[in-house]
Amino acid sequence: MDYTIRIGGEAGQGVQTVGDTLAKVFSRTGFHVFTHQDYESRVRGGHNYYQVRFSDRPVSAPRQGIDILIAFDNESILRYGGQVPDKGVAIYDSAALKQVFSGPALLDIPFSRLASEHAGSSIMANTVAVGAVMGIIGMELDILLAIIRETFASKGDEVVTANSNAALSGHLHAVKKCKRCDFTLARHSPARMLISGTEAIGLGTLASGCRFYAAYPMTPSTGIMNYLAGKETEYGIVVEQAEDEISAINMALGASYAGVRAMTGTSGGGFALMVEGLSLAGMTETPVVIALGQRPGPATGLPTRTEQGDLLFALFTAHGEFPRVIFAPGTPEQAFYLTNKAFDLAEKYQIPAIVIFDQYLGDTCWTYEGFDLKRLAHTDYRLRGEAFSRLDSYRRHALTDSGVSPLGVPGDAIHLVVTDSDEHDEDGHIIEDAATRNAMVEKRLKRKIPALTGEIAPPELTGPPDAGIVLVGWGSTFGIMREAVGALSAEHSIAMLHFSEVWPLPSTGSFDYLGMLKQAKKTLCIEQNATGQFARLFRSETGFKFTEQIHRYDGRPFTVEELTGEISARIG
Amino acid sequence: MPGLDDFTGQTPAWCPGCGNFSILRAFREAAVELGLEPHRFTIVSGIGQAAKFPHYLRCNTFNGLHGRTLPVATGIRLANHRMPVVAVAGDGDCYGEGGNHLIHAMRRNVNIKLFVHDNQIYGLTKGQASPTSMEGMKTKNQPFGVLSEQLNPLALAIALDCSFVARGSAGEPEHLKDLIKQAFRHKGFSLVDILQPCVTFNKVNTYAWYTRRTYHLEDDYFPMDRTAAFTKALEWGDRIPLGVIYRNDRPTYEQRFPVIQETSLVEKVFDPSKLEATLQEFY
Repeated sequence: MDYTIRIGGEAGQGVQTVGDTLAKVFSRTGFHVFTHQDYESRVRGGHNYYQVRFSDRPVSAPRQGIDILIAFDNESILRYGGQVPDKGVAIYDSAALKQVFSGPALLDIPFSRLASEHAGSSIMANTVAVGAVMGIIGMELDILLAIIRETFASKGDEVVTANSNAALSGHLHAVKKCKRCDFTLARHSPARMLISGTEAIGLGTLASGCRFYAAYPMTPSTGIMNYLAGKETEYGIVVEQAEDEISAINMALGASYAGVRAMTGTSGGGFALMVEGLSLAGMTETPVVIALGQRPGPATGLPTRTEQGDLLFALFTAHGEFPRVIFAPGTPEQAFYLTNKAFDLAEKYQIPAIVIFDQYLGDTCWTYEGFDLKRLAHTDYRLRGEAFSRLDSYRRHALTDSGVSPLGVPGDAIHLVVTDSDEHDEDGHIIEDAATRNAMVEKRLKRKIPALTGEIAPPELTGPPDAGIVLVGWGSTFGIMREAVGALSAEHSIAMLHFSEVWPLPSTGSFDYLGMLKQAKKTLCIEQNATGQFARLFRSETGFKFTEQIHRYDGRPFTVEELTGEISARIG
Repeated sequence: MPGLDDFTGQTPAWCPGCGNFSILRAFREAAVELGLEPHRFTIVSGIGQAAKFPHYLRCNTFNGLHGRTLPVATGIRLANHRMPVVAVAGDGDCYGEGGNHLIHAMRRNVNIKLFVHDNQIYGLTKGQASPTSMEGMKTKNQPFGVLSEQLNPLALAIALDCSFVARGSAGEPEHLKDLIKQAFRHKGFSLVDILQPCVTFNKVNTYAWYTRRTYHLEDDYFPMDRTAAFTKALEWGDRIPLGVIYRNDRPTYEQRFPVIQETSLVEKVFDPSKLEATLQEFY
């Protein structure tokens, strides 16, 4: 089984709440779930959709075709009605839409009237719709009712009962009226974890012991701030909404200097404002983690949509030369572990670490059996307390073989912690002389690189290492590419390499991915941008040129069918 | 107890006669009289002649970027509010490049002591107009004279209910030292605007120009009346008041931020034991 439900409607109609609830019901039932969202940059009106795919086998991408459509506006039926097959169902409330639609798949359910009659208020029409979907696919209501209890517990028994009744009425109505609903559900398994990309970054931030997060709201990074702000009290972290992104990164640097793990998050335009601060982190060797959620540019671009257009920007921006790491998770799971690794490496090497994602990954939810907390790194590299105070002397930017100087916490010892955006000596004071400048560039930049490169994991291989066709991607395209490889592997010798740790590029020591690419007949680099930024970076670093490049830059993610078709056309 | 020698840093690279020297002296004396210890406070500075200040003292120092002193200082305070934090900036640094940060730092009322060396000119970049340059002042870059209204930092601060607003003068180091001490003792964001002659580039606002105009606030001046303070802050020209123009008892941001009431962030030990329960919230 592999079903897709799309919920369409205007902003403000509850599309997201309904989608979130359905996704939760399916993940808790034990299905594999994949959700994604498509929304406009507005608070009310317009047209948005939320899509939930669920299956008894792993799913990691959006698929074409809709099995059940929930239409909260006429637009949904006009746009997607044709994508619902005859054996599918499109439910709507003709009273609310003020129009009756006819067609084999269309099913008119009076969401509002049922809510008024059974729950006492038409406000609960969306709960009726969720109950109706349960009825259509033949699921019992126990899990939905449990979720309703949890969701509305704080609002009192009356609200819980009213919503439960609304769900029951929708369920009953659908079971009675849906003559041609023949969905077959697979056997249930234990509940799965359901998590989005931004939540996974937020969770990884908590799990890394971050104490300070400063940001200015900007789609699609705001979800991270929302998640962390909800955990401020429980985890004892400060989430500060700064007056602008320049302030946000400088606040994070101040907090990091003072001795705590600190982070900021933004999107391309906000990151542009942070660039000066990024350079400051480089010069002062102040650890900081930056979550960069890409969206289509230039400038404001398509503010609520997706693109992988800022890889080279993240890599080459900021004045002067200094080391950095860039991670590009492909899934919420990778986002969780790589956020932790970003904190670890930022502090270990005293550098900025960037976690680059995009609207698509940020908003998509995936299911997992769980995350393994034992895989997380929790080393405190700072010099604090007695370890600091018992030193005879201290120099913040001491020259060392590794290039890493002791990172003292100011106030913990009589030693002064001095750092400067000017070139400085080992004590942190301004200098102008050439010899000290050379020594500092050696220390700050060159000596750190070899060890840092050794930390970077090789790309993840899916498929046989001697494949004749190799797909290459980075970041959020992981799931879509993996399903495309699955679809094409019956007829082709095909594999994929996915880079989630993109800078420094991993060495070929543990896995000769370059050799694998060189022996392949066709190599395709797939990116959601117009110019093939990773392909360009890869060629400049390795000399390797992909035989084909597939680009998409309309702000929408590939579906599996679209990508599979595009690849098939290129490989013949 | 630390003495003046404990606050002696590198040899200043300022011009001979620069107003910064007497500010440095006043600050060192205030630090000694306040019983500060070099490792127990932090100075944040940006870029400009004033921003070199912490190198010429001895203390924890974050010398960051032009205009960005206050965000860094805010980050330090929120991470460790046991650490007194001083921000030192020039008029270009704080009122120009960092203007937005100043507005919001005053709104937050983070307990930062901000000392602005206000010489009404850009020194480091050699003589351009600053936000506090007087209308009509001609410079190489302003050949028609400054056309914009002069920024009034004290009126701005009072409009934003900044919790401590004072003006000192480099020409009156004893009075300035007293203002610095009062700012340190005040709980809340403190702005001390310090009139500071630039002997190289500002040929209008000289020592003599200031001396002829500045006066000390009357003994019966009451700095907690915001409206009267605003009126006082508008005085500029023939008579320029020195002293604490305005102050209030607003609680500080640190006092109001629930997460850091019992321990500062830097004192908190990471406890991963909650994570398993947090993971369960995703099921």
